[in-house]
Amino acid sequence: MNKDLRRERDSASFNPELLTHILDGGAERTRRRREIEALVLNDPDFQHEDLNFLSRSQRYEEAIRKSALMVVKLREYGIADPDEIYWFKRTCQGSFAEPIGLHFSMFTNTLQNQCSLAQQDKWLPPTYGLQIIGTYAQTEMGHGTHLRGLETTATYDPTTQEFILNSPTVTSIKWWPGGLGKTSNHAIVLAQLYTQGQCKGLHAFIVPIRQLGTHEPLPGITVGDIGPKFGYDEMDNGYLKMDNFRIPRENMLMKYAKVEPDGTYVKPVSDKLTYGTMVFIRSLIVGDSARSLSRACTIAIRYSSVRHQSELKPGDPEPQILDYQTQQYKLFPLLATAYAFHFVGAYMKKTYHRITGDINQGDLSQLPELHALTAGLKAFTSWTANAGIEECRMACGGHGYSRCSGLPDIYVTFTPSCTYEGENTVMMLQTARFLIKSYTQVSSGQLVSGMVSYLNDLSGQHIQPQQVAARPTTVHINDPASLVEAYKLRASRLVEAAAKNLKAELNRRKSQEDAWNRTSVDLVRASEAHCHYVVVKLFTTQLSEINDAAVHAVMNNLCLLYALYGISKHTGDFLQAGILTDAQVTQVYQRVKELLTAIRPNAVALVDAFDFHDNHLGSVLGRYDGNIYENMFEWAKKSPLNKTEVHESFHKHLKPMQAKL
Amino acid sequence: MAQWNRSGYFRSSGSRDVNPDLDGERQTASFSVERLTAILDGGADNTRTRRAVEAVIHSDPGFSRENQYFQSQNERYETAVRKSVYLKEKMHQMGWTEDGPEIKYCYRALGGDLAFNVHRVFKNSILALGTDEQIAKWIPLADKYHIIGTYAQTELGHGTFLRGLETTAIFDISTQEFTLNTPKISAMKWWPGDLGRSATHAVVFAQLYIKGKCYGLHAFILQIRSLHDHSPAPGVIVGDIGPKMNFEHIDNGYLMLQNINIPRENMLSRFSQVLPDGTYMKQGSDKINYLTMIITRVQILWTEVIPMLLKACTIAIRYSVVRRQSKLNPGDPEAKILDYQTQQQKLLPLLATAYAFHFMNAYVNEFYNKGYTEIKQENFDSLPELHALTSGLKAIITEYCTAGAEVCLRACGGHGYSALSGLPFLYTKLAASCTYEGENTVLFLQTARFLVKCLAAVHSGQPIPPSAAYLYSVDSGKCQAWTKMDFLRPDIYGEAYRHRATRLLGNAATKLQALVQSGAEQHEAWNQCTVQLVQAAKAHCHYIVVKNFIDTVEKLRNEAEIQKIVKHLCDLFALHGIFSNTGEFLHAGYISGDQMDMVTASYLDLLAIIRNDAVPLVDAFDFTDESLNSALGSYDGHVYQRLYEWAQKSPTNQQVRTVGYCHGVWGSQGPAPSFPAIHRDSQPDGNTEGLLDNRNTVPSRACRYNQDPSARFLCGGQGAKTPNLGFPVSSPPAQNFKKPLQPTPSSPPRLLLSPLSSSPAKVSPGPTPLLAQVSSLK
Repeated sequence: MNKDLRRERDSASFNPELLTHILDGGAERTRRRREIEALVLNDPDFQHEDLNFLSRSQRYEEAIRKSALMVVKLREYGIADPDEIYWFKRTCQGSFAEPIGLHFSMFTNTLQNQCSLAQQDKWLPPTYGLQIIGTYAQTEMGHGTHLRGLETTATYDPTTQEFILNSPTVTSIKWWPGGLGKTSNHAIVLAQLYTQGQCKGLHAFIVPIRQLGTHEPLPGITVGDIGPKFGYDEMDNGYLKMDNFRIPRENMLMKYAKVEPDGTYVKPVSDKLTYGTMVFIRSLIVGDSARSLSRACTIAIRYSSVRHQSELKPGDPEPQILDYQTQQYKLFPLLATAYAFHFVGAYMKKTYHRITGDINQGDLSQLPELHALTAGLKAFTSWTANAGIEECRMACGGHGYSRCSGLPDIYVTFTPSCTYEGENTVMMLQTARFLIKSYTQVSSGQLVSGMVSYLNDLSGQHIQPQQVAARPTTVHINDPASLVEAYKLRASRLVEAAAKNLKAELNRRKSQEDAWNRTSVDLVRASEAHCHYVVVKLFTTQLSEINDAAVHAVMNNLCLLYALYGISKHTGDFLQAGILTDAQVTQVYQRVKELLTAIRPNAVALVDAFDFHDNHLGSVLGRYDGNIYENMFEWAKKSPLNKTEVHESFHKHLKPMQAKL
Repeated sequence: MAQWNRSGYFRSSGSRDVNPDLDGERQTASFSVERLTAILDGGADNTRTRRAVEAVIHSDPGFSRENQYFQSQNERYETAVRKSVYLKEKMHQMGWTEDGPEIKYCYRALGGDLAFNVHRVFKNSILALGTDEQIAKWIPLADKYHIIGTYAQTELGHGTFLRGLETTAIFDISTQEFTLNTPKISAMKWWPGDLGRSATHAVVFAQLYIKGKCYGLHAFILQIRSLHDHSPAPGVIVGDIGPKMNFEHIDNGYLMLQNINIPRENMLSRFSQVLPDGTYMKQGSDKINYLTMIITRVQILWTEVIPMLLKACTIAIRYSVVRRQSKLNPGDPEAKILDYQTQQQKLLPLLATAYAFHFMNAYVNEFYNKGYTEIKQENFDSLPELHALTSGLKAIITEYCTAGAEVCLRACGGHGYSALSGLPFLYTKLAASCTYEGENTVLFLQTARFLVKCLAAVHSGQPIPPSAAYLYSVDSGKCQAWTKMDFLRPDIYGEAYRHRATRLLGNAATKLQALVQSGAEQHEAWNQCTVQLVQAAKAHCHYIVVKNFIDTVEKLRNEAEIQKIVKHLCDLFALHGIFSNTGEFLHAGYISGDQMDMVTASYLDLLAIIRNDAVPLVDAFDFTDESLNSALGSYDGHVYQRLYEWAQKSPTNQQVRTVGYCHGVWGSQGPAPSFPAIHRDSQPDGNTEGLLDNRNTVPSRACRYNQDPSARFLCGGQGAKTPNLGFPVSSPPAQNFKKPLQPTPSSPPRLLLSPLSSSPAKVSPGPTPLLAQVSSLK
């Protein structure tokens, strides 16, 4: 092991293994996770060439090969628990996309949740047996987050009892669904249902797209790959155009809404039911934000302990770059953020499971709030992680730009989560809508509950910002609980400001929507402040559940750093609202720098605690043993351009040119 | 309305073929786009020359970028080499010279995907650091490409910190030669462009040793490959460093040297030399080695950095008026996404930033040319300022442009993530700029060091360089704005920026001094203040950019319309900067909380104003479609057709497609391993008519297409009453559109070398057995 990394590990003040247990949710789960990871890591069938040297279609093929293998092995080992499947999968695929991933998630889940019993009997067995490989085709070329705008039509024909599916315009072509281009033979297609001459809105249909056996596209179906992307090289995101393509009436998913044989439409009971799935997927994205950022931090922090550069003191050997304050200032707040998001992800997952229990008992009351709030958290965490990963990459200097660092891959794989499953700005505005609704409720004298209960402090009457400012300043910058209060005040101040600006716009303009649009910058700020408060609060709550004193001390520093760094980046909000004074802001800046120094000795142990195996990390710079330079050289020698000593371009282009000039 | 009297492929037909949403934006421009273009080009003559060059390049299929997004690393490298070689021929043929005005327009037209970029750095370093004899010997060879050069400075273990480089050059008096070595793995040269496969020679930076004494870093010319068969020279181990985030067309390389001997004359000796007896002679500044880096920094700003932001803005803004999504008012058609305030807030400040940097670049070039002339005359007075200014500006401009391109990418939603949008390409190129040619944090700290010295000079009453002279002016106390309109006064916001820069620098310097006085060692005190110092340097650079923008607006006084819109951009740039850094302006109370609300109000007002000219403002950048190479950003706005068309060209789709009108019916009875598909003949019947009638009651995209002559065929060519809503799948999609969407006619398909493309089969050959394997599972 590299001597710098060894020294870092030896000097840690806590046992990282204990922290790993906390992240995994218990020592037993850590043990089981490692056991499952070992199944993959020790299996020669899963070995493959470095993906960086493969073309896109080779990467696609490799991903399919591993998926096929994985399905077989999972059944062989009898692994069925969702978490365990996830661990297995993650070790197989790294963090890369899986072409048949949507089959297991969206396609199967949708069948399970939205099929009638008869439909389940028909569709689920071949789906489980993978005779049917399916995807979920919702997004169209011209429409994404705004579902009502989708243009694909499914017109019911009572004479044959069939739906006729059409993509009437270029913009209506299904575009982006994963696994659609080359892999799937079926798709769940979302289309506007027309029956008896009326549009009944968006419904889901099972559409066969390729012939079983030959895998040829069916007549009336035009399907293909949408071409290269920023990342997701191994995924065949596809397009689908349907021309008068007929499917039987029974192919509409009919657990809730129905079309009778004569074309009569039967309405669904509640339209809130689909919220559950969205909450679940958003909780996954929050978890993914945490993991992706953790991986980036692991790479950047290990590399920064191995890399020596420049001089701090004239004449001394070059220091580790992690000893520079500017480097610590880039990386440690991100490390704290990664931990914070872990706890938010765990909280969301837990809440989802709790609420799913309620839904099954018919209680949907908490769903709208959860749906609204998770929208914002999805946006908040994915935006932050997205920027953080790039910060980590740039903190590795030039070498971060090489694919061998693994950071470009983490980034390009993660960044679409800012736009998929709901574009982030739209998500923030959904949360804002809920915040404004709650504020209005409080203004009219009703109390609100849950994460927005702080709005009750506005106590039914309009508190002017000046009055907030006039409150005694009691923020203690070394007390996480006090910082939670500061974030709470900031959130309520910004929600109130947005609500007032909205009201002022409403007085000036005739349309509600226009006023909303003209306030949307304020509204997004309010949502961000709210989410920031939620994250600080959840991180602080987590501290009380840590029993080991040494771990607690380290996590307390990280939590303080997260909260204080956030303040230092938004001092304007805290100053303008009078939550902090100029002098306190200066103290915050100072305290942040002290915390950097305090965290420095534990930085490597803190990323070790994430417990990413080298294979999963996929980074030469982030190797556990820190032997970076020799391995970079070994890696480069395998580059496709190095296949021959003299590249063919010399003979084809350079030599003739030199002869001519 | 701008007239595009030129042979650009898409523009030749004027507005007729333009997406009506985009066309409408152009009808209402408040200024002459053509005039603004001329100003941006530095005169109408330049615009003419540029367009002439672009027309030549774009009409030549040898320069087509059609398949760029589908190529592997190897293919991109080969294409870059081929185009570079071809460009030399073309230039020769056209009578364009290496130092003529056309060359930079060639680069612009080609989107920078050329090899031998570092060849220029190689030449520049010889011109800057070489003696007249050395220039006379090497430059003609390089000009004729008899030798191809690279600039080998960065090592595996060392980048921005030059003194730490480990490569050695030991002078041997007996043989009059230098012996070059990379003594350990971390000393291996790593990253230089053109090194991996192309270069025959390199300017290598190494620690000079004479009689056991180290004289620091010097530059040596070294042959690394045979001029006959291109094989590496004995003792040289050289290769490509492998795939990167982008720049795959460049063979960034590694270089190991084992006892390579070169003659004494190969040390570049304008500023220091070794005499035959081993005597070391030095003249000029220690910083002279930085000169090549200064040149490179200035050049990359206008070749590789600023244009990328301009392009990203062009793509994102054009797309944002074509893309309609959701509704602003119930009953209205879906709104253009640029009409959403949140979208304006993402893109319009970037547009203002693009203009700010474009104007800043003109200033830097002027400043640099003056300084360079002086330094060549061995007057080094301006070097520290030149170094500090270019360091800081390189850092702030690359940082903002990179972040900006990413915002543009994400502002285009999912489609921005497609390589075909062109945005991933722009972003990943820019992303490198934050660390190459000096890591940005290190550069900010160099600027900060200069500023701290300037501040000390102020306190001791000594003269300071012009770019920091503002530190001398007297503190004016509080911001003098009373209404939100006051924040549209350049003197008001300019002063706010000045105040912030002065305050942050003052705080950092005070802290530094306090630490030193309390007994901390100088270096430790410096490290403890670096976060603050970086903040101060950024504020300084930000002020310089705002100040220059204000000056530029003033100089436009004879162009009333243009001055008005550029003034709006200047205001927006400045107010957005305050809005995004409220704390730094509020802290210490220069701007009050109430004033900050005025800033926000004015800032939001400006978004709505500039919104109306957003498309003309990006049109004025005048990028050709070929240069943008974006399915989302073309001049005619036919976004979706182009996206669909381009996707067909993906190697993953090189296959015969299903044609004809058939209905697939899923007629199986329960789950079974085989699902027979029954085909029927087409039956356009009354039901479809009924559907159409229903649809006509709501505004549909199909109807809009019917009104758009260019898209009429999309609805079957019959108008709204056609029974067939699908487009005719009987003809291949390429013919569905009025004209090919790329200048494709003569570009051969030979570049599609991917394994998938070589198969004529409908189904990709590789995966099928695997899928079949999955399917066979029970």
